[in-house]
Amino acid sequence: MQTRERQRPKYTGKRYRLDKPELLAPAGNLEKLKFAIHYGADAVYIGGQKYGLRSNADNFSFDEMREGVQFANQYGAKVFVATNIYAHNEDIEGIEQYLRNLYDVGISAIIAADPIIIDTARRVAPGLEVHLSTQQSTLNWQAVKFWKDEGLPRVVLGRETSMEEIEEIKKQVDIEIEAFIHGAMCSSYSGRCVLSNHFTDRDSNRGGCCQSCRWKYDLFEEGHQEEVWVSEEELAMEQGRQENKTGITPLPLFQEEDNPFTMGSKDLCMINHIPDLIDVGIDSFKIEGRMKSIHYVATVVNVYRQAIDSYIADPENYVLRPEWLEEINKAANRPLNTGFFYDAPDHEDHIYEPEEKAAPYDFAGLVMEYNEADGTAVIQQRNHFKPGQQVEFFGPNGTFFKQTVGVLWDEEGNELDAARHPLQRIKMKVDQPVAYFDMMRKRK
Amino acid sequence: MGKKPELLVPAGSLAELESYFEAGADAALIGEEKYGMRLPGSFTITEIADAVKLAHERKAKIYVSMTNLISNELLEELPLYLQQLEQAGVDGVQFGDPAVLQAVRSQNLTLKLHWNAEMTSTNYATANFWGSRGASRVVLARELNMDEITEMQPHLKLESEVQIHGMTNIYHSKRRLVDSYITHQGKVLQQPEREFGKSRGLYLIEAERPEEKFPIYEDGNGTHIMSSDDICILEDLHLLMAAGLDSFKIETLLKDVSYNTVVIRVYRRAIDSYFNDPGEYEFDESWQDEIREVQDPDRELSFGFFYKEQVY
Repeated sequence: MQTRERQRPKYTGKRYRLDKPELLAPAGNLEKLKFAIHYGADAVYIGGQKYGLRSNADNFSFDEMREGVQFANQYGAKVFVATNIYAHNEDIEGIEQYLRNLYDVGISAIIAADPIIIDTARRVAPGLEVHLSTQQSTLNWQAVKFWKDEGLPRVVLGRETSMEEIEEIKKQVDIEIEAFIHGAMCSSYSGRCVLSNHFTDRDSNRGGCCQSCRWKYDLFEEGHQEEVWVSEEELAMEQGRQENKTGITPLPLFQEEDNPFTMGSKDLCMINHIPDLIDVGIDSFKIEGRMKSIHYVATVVNVYRQAIDSYIADPENYVLRPEWLEEINKAANRPLNTGFFYDAPDHEDHIYEPEEKAAPYDFAGLVMEYNEADGTAVIQQRNHFKPGQQVEFFGPNGTFFKQTVGVLWDEEGNELDAARHPLQRIKMKVDQPVAYFDMMRKRK
Repeated sequence: MGKKPELLVPAGSLAELESYFEAGADAALIGEEKYGMRLPGSFTITEIADAVKLAHERKAKIYVSMTNLISNELLEELPLYLQQLEQAGVDGVQFGDPAVLQAVRSQNLTLKLHWNAEMTSTNYATANFWGSRGASRVVLARELNMDEITEMQPHLKLESEVQIHGMTNIYHSKRRLVDSYITHQGKVLQQPEREFGKSRGLYLIEAERPEEKFPIYEDGNGTHIMSSDDICILEDLHLLMAAGLDSFKIETLLKDVSYNTVVIRVYRRAIDSYFNDPGEYEFDESWQDEIREVQDPDRELSFGFFYKEQVY
């Protein structure tokens, strides 16, 4: 644990306050939206049925969006919709109506990359904010200024921008800057990859990405012309193709025991650098992962919420708490790094070894009720658990403890040997007070 | 009969430029790595001025690539470079980053701007958006199909350029991925083994596609992975000519001059033949054979995405 030294303002003794950045979380469906917001997100971004880049996600209908907005409003949170495809001709018809509908159901902003969507939104739904998507790979302040002049209040920077570059952009342009601070990353410039199109005929810039950057490849070097011995049989078989067989043998740039080549990146994690992110002036801290689980979203949001609040409350005495990173590791799917914030990613920032995709912990139960009198809770089953098992409780209002599962009862008071039925309400004793919507997780 | 399209080729040197004009190119795309992406060679500003003279004597055009994704650091240099290009008399500048547009505006330059955002220029409305912001041409994404390209034409309020031959970039990262991989293997390499540029001849093979070689190289702009096939739309070039596109590009990157010269000659013949009498035009299989003869047998000549249905 260490206290971070802050640069003192010019006039000591005069209090200065920091504006609190927005914590923006992904919400792949209505339930994830509720968790993200309850666990501390100031805003969530979701996908609708069209124009989003996660065509495989469990995307929102307009009715679900309306319900999501109503839920968010109770917390003073906002809902954004990702309309971040690069449109083709056939996508143009329908954009106007879609954007009007988004505004009508109470969406605060769209996240868009294609100027046709940006321009249409400004024209038909002026109340809907337009945020420039990271898919535009915006890296410099003049480009940011261009979009500000086009009427956009916010730009999501390309993931290749460094701390220094962000600082310069904030100095030069008076605009909200959003940056990814956690989650999976394209290793290419966003939008500048059509591997999926080539390998599987799936359009990556319209949501069809099949993550070919994480596949395995062999790296070769074209050989140089050299004499090779060709047997007479081969010669006979190859007759007529001799010109093409000039004796060039490709050189593999790997040994048998080496891991294959890949472009796959480690995931971004900036929990150790919250003061820098706030000081540099980033307005919105974005977490990636509309396809991630409830457990992931709740855990990650919960941690960043605590870190941001803690720094804002008392920057001088801010302490990076070791349990924050521990928490994140309980939900992490991949090894973590700091992307381009401090230096260009190198050999330590890509995943050459076989991946263990599974996070070490699972969501086991959701707290529905807590009875202070007898110290019991009603838990909605979300995964198998049973007496004797080690579990952890955590929640947005400070709940954080481990315990061993004791006796389990169903709603009729019958004792259970295990919690087997999805969504079954189960009563059990808890070692410390818990609250509605706290989560119980177990080690896998 | 529509307007005869321009035949455009990237060139890496003044000598290449001469060969390509000789073979029938109407325009050349040149530039330097600092400002432009994936160019076959580098031209200083003086060489650009020479290229313009050489081209204009032949009534050909010179376009300069400034398609890089630009960082703050480069912003300061943009206005001067653009001024120099204007003074050199270049016929157009390709850009993808709005920072170039900003710099042109700030200097009140009259340079023609061609919007080229690589794989993200995918519909006519967005092309028209950039047209209304100052672009006079859109360079269409190579991932569009024939129907999309031809149906766009009546809607476009600016010129259109499409690639008709050669390889395409399929992945661009700022990361140095080859260097990273070699370091991961624990290899300590000295120059020139540590050089992973265009001339090194590196390629990737994906486990399930042993027949396809994807060229990969690094330069100051990061890592580039290229397609394993070469687009060759020759057989159906008349469809693009009938649709009225303004510029046909032959990609020359990672090919030698002799190959490129053959390809340029063939397309020159096809274009001239069509515009001589569109009604009587017929594709001649022997044209394709001329290309096949010089084609790397490991690289398929394909229609690219012209006839593919992509899903998402």
